[in-house]
Amino acid sequence: MLVYTLKRLFLALLVAMTVSAITFSLTYLAGDPAISMAGETASDADIEYIEKLYGFDRPIVVQYFEWALNAFRGDFGESYYFRIPVADLLLERLPVSMTLGVSAISFAILLSIPLGVLAAMRPNSLLDRLALGISVVGQAMPSFWFALVLIVMFAVWYPIFPTTGSETWVHFVLPTIVLGYYATPAIMRLTRTGMLEVLGSDYIRTARAKGLPQHVILFKHALRNAVIPVVSLAAVQFGFMLGGSIVIESIFALHGAGYLAWESIGRNDLPVVQAVVLVFSLFYIVLTFLSDLLNAWLDPRIRVG
Amino acid sequence: MSAVLEVSGLTVDIPVPSGDLHAVRGIDFSVDKGETLCIVGESGCGKSLTSLSIMGLLPKRAKVSADRMHFVGTDLLGMKERELAAIRGNRMAMIFQEPMTSLNPAYTIGNQLMEPLIRHKNASDKEARDRAIYLLERVGITAAASRLSQYPHQLSGGLRQRVMIAMALMCDPELIIADEPTTALDVTIQAQILHLLAELRKEFNSALILITHDLGVVARVADKVAVMYAGKIVEAGTVDEIFNQPLHPYTQGLINCIPVPGKTARGSRLGSIPGIVPTLIGDIKGCSFRNRCAFAHGECDTKDPFHTLSPGRGYRCTLDVPACEANAKELVSA
Repeated sequence: MLVYTLKRLFLALLVAMTVSAITFSLTYLAGDPAISMAGETASDADIEYIEKLYGFDRPIVVQYFEWALNAFRGDFGESYYFRIPVADLLLERLPVSMTLGVSAISFAILLSIPLGVLAAMRPNSLLDRLALGISVVGQAMPSFWFALVLIVMFAVWYPIFPTTGSETWVHFVLPTIVLGYYATPAIMRLTRTGMLEVLGSDYIRTARAKGLPQHVILFKHALRNAVIPVVSLAAVQFGFMLGGSIVIESIFALHGAGYLAWESIGRNDLPVVQAVVLVFSLFYIVLTFLSDLLNAWLDPRIRVG
Repeated sequence: MSAVLEVSGLTVDIPVPSGDLHAVRGIDFSVDKGETLCIVGESGCGKSLTSLSIMGLLPKRAKVSADRMHFVGTDLLGMKERELAAIRGNRMAMIFQEPMTSLNPAYTIGNQLMEPLIRHKNASDKEARDRAIYLLERVGITAAASRLSQYPHQLSGGLRQRVMIAMALMCDPELIIADEPTTALDVTIQAQILHLLAELRKEFNSALILITHDLGVVARVADKVAVMYAGKIVEAGTVDEIFNQPLHPYTQGLINCIPVPGKTARGSRLGSIPGIVPTLIGDIKGCSFRNRCAFAHGECDTKDPFHTLSPGRGYRCTLDVPACEANAKELVSA
């Protein structure tokens, strides 16, 4: 297990370094940063001044290492637009994204895994059809439309939930449902398929031959094997939700980090874009690493050679 | 001797798109304490379904019915799933054909071995662990205590089948059903496992039903034999009766297929039974073996009588005993 963990960790570090290099190169992919900062009417002298001021005139490798080292220490530079440290901006916006992401993935898992298990227990039953219906609707319905429907129903007709803001947990209920529901179909279908396959396997027949009660067969013997692929999928979905759907953040006026990135792209505020991209990429890497560890714990064939 | 399992008129029907597949068509057998019954037949003759129906492990869509299916005096047919589950793995245990896939990859051998005892006998972890170690040693696994923390993928097929046997013995069952327990194993391991099964059957004095297609296995371990063909028992008797005086042409054909060292000439063709099993969808009128039988005649198209010669000894054919014995001689010389 230790060797496996170290191997995964090493891989994660390699990916993180690659990602950081690509993120840094964004500065130059989006055009000459000095020119875009100085503005269209700037003279050559102005541009040269800005190049010196921000260090754009130095070799690119030097710039990268300086940037990466600073980022490692939590210093992502200063926002061109807000003129405050990017780190402060992130600290303000990330909690919103985290809350939404965690609650949305929890909602998705709590809805889709039981549904998937129930559907697999009685394939082609009414319940299975219902679960299929829920997942097809979830897949087909645009989330902005679903968000509007929820707002109309639960904020306008029956004013239970607020429509905008991120002050209390109540503000997160509707966005959680919309974002979580978006991830439900894939997780549910994968759980159902996995359970169906596992329930038909020889070791489940053995468990039944041992006279074990239904709940032990389902949850001890079947589910553990069936959720192994689900773990990896849920980790990726979680990463996606942390980034937050920009659409959902805008509709509910949740000022999360995803929304910040989108705004900053429009403002050509590169330090912010880089920081958000880097932070979310690192989230993905950490999540993948954790899901690998969880899978190894679930499946001894990975853990014990 | 009291019967551990008594079955009569057992049928298993499986609905398929083109009708009902009558996989088992009314079979009778019984097995006593300390006795080994071998059910023999080729693939698809209904022998595995028979064993699964006794255990109540058939999928829900399969329809099982019987005139009588008594396990130590209690009727298995009227039982609810819950009551059956209390017997399964406890008083009645099963060993399967596929040792590679019959153990859960996610749990240790120890965890899976201890489960039935904890479940059925309310055993403590310590008691279950001790019993598991004892039985692993009994089935010939070395370093038994350290095996408990191993996972199935760390064991070979032969070892896994030994674990399955130990698991079946955990609650000291009155009946063990072994469905082709050696088919998936190497020949050398097969002999060991069979020997082990026979020995344990004696030691634990339980009844054993061994499902197999291999007459070599039958000759070695059986007390009683039931030969199945197309969902019916075509011949039943003690192992001596079956091998010394095979009456049904199918039994005769099966015995003929076994090469005998010294007797079967080098390079000569091994015996075989021509033709294939008829489809089991719908009814079969007359004898189901007649299209493969060298001795079929007009009567076989309509009649399919079972002759009981003595309790537990009988055969299914339109011909009488002398005629069947004459057929046997003719088959051997052919």
